[in-house]
This record gives sequence, C-alpha cells and structure tokens, in this order.
Amino acid sequence: MEEFVQHLINGISLGSIYGLVAIGYTMVYGILKLINFAHGDVYMMSTFFGFYFARWLGFAYTPSVIGALIILFLAMAACALLGFTIERFAYRPLRKMPRLNLLITAIGVSLLLENGGQILFGADPKFFPELIQRAELFRIGDISISNFQVIIIVVSLSFMALLQYIIFHTKTGKAMQAVSFHHENASLMGIDIDRIISFTFVLGSALAAAAGILVGLAYPRIDPLMGVLFGLKAFVAAVLGGIGSVPGAIVGALIMGLSEEMVVGYFSSTYRDALAFFLLIVILLVKPTGLFGKSTSEKV
Amino acid sequence: MNGDALLKLDHITVAYGAIKALKDISLSVNEGEIVTLIGANGAGKSTTLRTISGLLKPQEGKVYFKGHDISGKKPHVIVQQGISQAPEGRGIFANLSTEDNLEMGAYSRKDKESIQRDKEHVFHIFPILQERRKQEAGTLSGGEQQMLTISRALMARPKLLLLDEPSLGLAPQIIKQIFKVIQEINQQGTTILLVEQNANMALHIAHKAYVLETGKIVLQGKAQDLLNNPDVKKAYLGE
Repeated sequence: MEEFVQHLINGISLGSIYGLVAIGYTMVYGILKLINFAHGDVYMMSTFFGFYFARWLGFAYTPSVIGALIILFLAMAACALLGFTIERFAYRPLRKMPRLNLLITAIGVSLLLENGGQILFGADPKFFPELIQRAELFRIGDISISNFQVIIIVVSLSFMALLQYIIFHTKTGKAMQAVSFHHENASLMGIDIDRIISFTFVLGSALAAAAGILVGLAYPRIDPLMGVLFGLKAFVAAVLGGIGSVPGAIVGALIMGLSEEMVVGYFSSTYRDALAFFLLIVILLVKPTGLFGKSTSEKV
Repeated sequence: MNGDALLKLDHITVAYGAIKALKDISLSVNEGEIVTLIGANGAGKSTTLRTISGLLKPQEGKVYFKGHDISGKKPHVIVQQGISQAPEGRGIFANLSTEDNLEMGAYSRKDKESIQRDKEHVFHIFPILQERRKQEAGTLSGGEQQMLTISRALMARPKLLLLDEPSLGLAPQIIKQIFKVIQEINQQGTTILLVEQNANMALHIAHKAYVLETGKIVLQGKAQDLLNNPDVKKAYLGE
C-alpha cells in the first residue's frame, strides 16, 4: 500500500509535467489543426536556456528559491520568444497552403532545433544546476515526499489554473476559442487572427518552458534530443485526452504519468516508453476522439 | 453614382483561381438605406459581402467606405472602421455561450458600459436570447442562431451592417420576425446591405436593389420598381 501511494505521488508529479507540454500541443492543434512537432524541442531548449542563464547569473552555484524563480521566468520568456518566432517565420507564411506543408515544416523546425542544439550545446548530456537543494519534506512510514515533487505539482497546477482562467474568463481567451472554432468568422468579429495565433504559441511555449525547468530540477540530465521522446509522450497524452481540449490534455497527461510510474513500479522499466504507444493504440481503437474530444458535427 | 455614398464598390472583379465570381461590379449604398442584393444561388451575392469585409481581395476595382479605400484591408480592420457582417450559415461560435458570442461581436470596442447597454438592447429585441444567455450557442435552434448572428453583428455598433441570407432555412413566421427587426435596426440609424434569395421579402423592406446574375449586376433600381418589373417577377418572385 505504501509503495502504491509512493508511485501515485511520483506519477502525479510526472504527469503534471507532461500536462504542461501537452497543453501546448492541444492549443496549437485547436487553433491551427497543426501537430506542432517542434513543441517538444521548445521544451528541450528551455532546459538549456535555464542551464546557461543559471551559469551566467551565478544561480548555478548558490541554490535559492528566488534564483530558481528567476531562472524559471527567464526560460519561459526566452521560449515564449522562440515559439513566437517559429510561428511568425516558419508557419505563418504557409498558413494558406495545404496543411501537409505546415506539418512537414514543423518536422523541419524540430530537426533544426535538435541538430542546431547538438552543434551549439554539444551532443553530450549536461547536468542541470541544482537551483534548489533537494530535501525530503516529510515521510509517512516508507512514503517519502521531496520538496521537488511538491514544487512540481504546485507550479504545474498553478500554471494550469492560470491558463484555464485565461481561456475561459478573459476576452483574449474567448477570442482564442472563437478563432479555433472558425478563423474567418472570428475575423469578422474584429479579432486579429494573427495576434491570437501568436499569443497561443507564446502561451504554449512558456508552459513547455516551465516543464523544462521542472524536469531540469528533478531529472538533471539534459541533452539536445531529450525533447523527442518526451514531446511524443506529451503529444500522446493530448490525443488521449482529446486533442484540442485543454482539460483533456491535463487529464490525459496525468493518466500518462501515472501509468508510466505504475508500469515501472510493478512490471519493468523496460516497458516505460512502450506504454505511451500502447495507450495511443488503445485510445485510437476505442475512442479515437479522445476522452474529452467531441465528434464534430455542425448544425446547418 | 453618388459621390458621398457610405459604401461604394467601384468596378470590382473577384476570382477564385481562374473562375471569376464577380465581374466588374459597381454599386453604392447611401447612409440610412436598406439596399438589397438579390439573385440565384451562386450568383456572387456572398462573394460580394466577403469582398467588402476583406475576406477576399478584389483582383480589380476598389471598395470605398466613407470615401476611403478599404480594399485589401484585413477583416478585423474593416470591422474597426464600422462594417460588421452577419455571415451566411449563421457562423456562430458553437463552443461559446450565447453571451460570449455577443461579447465577441463587441471585440474591438473597449467601453464596457455601453457594451453592456447594447447587450441589453439586443436582449430587448430578441428576448429569447436572454433566456439562452448561458447556453452553449451550438444548442440553439436555427432561428435563435440567426437572431444571435444578427445581434452579434450589431454588438460591433456598425455604421454599415452586412446581412448574408438571414432567412435561410427558417420558418416563415421567424423570417417575418427577423425582417421586422431588420427594418427596426435600420430605422434606428444603421445602414444595411442585405443579401437575400427571398427576393419578395427583401424587396419589400429595401429602398434600393441590385439583381446579380452569374457575377454581374443585370438590373438595379428602386426596390419598389423592381417589385413591379416583369422580368424580376418572373425570375425571382415566382409569379
């Protein structure tokens, strides 16, 4: 039982990191019907932004909460800018082209970031600085909860709550929903579609950056290809929840994190990565629209 | 052509690829008028409105609004300048509530108080929308969706309101109600360009009318005169 609870906590903390990345996939899909393959690499870039910022600013050598927060926000800002740039210069010129062109471009941007990263940062793994010292917060029997797990869950949930608020309660958020429903009709409302799409990329990339820093803290080995598999799993989580749905992405990601942790705990860590694709196959067979997905039908 | 028309289309040609949807269209709408554009399916009525709203760019010709050239401007800029459209097929945001749809209609306005007043005004015109306020717009009936589309376009406080087939697919009783409202909106000072297949209804409320056939204006004049025109009677009024 105690073991199970431990896995449960680990799974939720892993799942909430997946969630931050999955949200970016689902938002961009919702608004452009594009699977943004470069999104996992934006997450990777965040760990390197964090790595270098921490060194330059000296936080890498003196752990502190303030320092960690500054690095978090700097990395989020840098990735927001990166996401904005990718959309502005790689995707926007192709928006009126067939969707396949956009998809191939996304793969191209992904390859550029992965290989560019290998050139710039080197292909060898680096160790993310210890911005905060790991400590055991409390222990109940054999269950141990570290400050990292609490930080991950609290930070992720706060950002998710903030995002929910933006999407459902602000004018810009409602405009995002309107644009994702119908571009032309949204523009007839006076909504500047380009700005809303930019905003979506900025938001999604900033959240992926938050995930990157949290991962850097908890699993400090970083390398330029770390976004590939992680991004793929976050994408599967978004499909699992119903791509296009933000609450769906969060639930899908929690399921993904929990199942991964349980598989590692009770079967074998060999199956850790296979699980994501097993889940993908099952969801595509049973409910292709995902848990929260709506089958699209329009009243005429 | 009237020089100080609110809206003026000057020799507009629009093509989808190689197919010309509009050929050398010129028309004008004066302030305070209801002008209707009638014609069969595929004649280019919606294309005309889409061009005015900036969704399509004319290959040739210019669109003038309040004397300024607006051709080629982005749709959201054209809304800000005072033209809003209730698009064909209703085009509501089915995933948003009725109220949020109205809020989107007022997207480019900042004055919260007068937005609130206008919202109450459209609830006064269409009380059913107030009842459906919190309901997801996709669950509204066809007639209610049409009322929402018109109301949403009004929320932009346009100088010129473009209506694309407001009678499409509605029961005769609701069509009557909607046309009555269109007239009221006009009497309160909004200029209207109305695209309709239901020529009979449209000509009865309009001041001026244009008849469109395969992308060309074939007839124009006072709505009253067109109602009595034997060709129009035969082709569009089913007499």
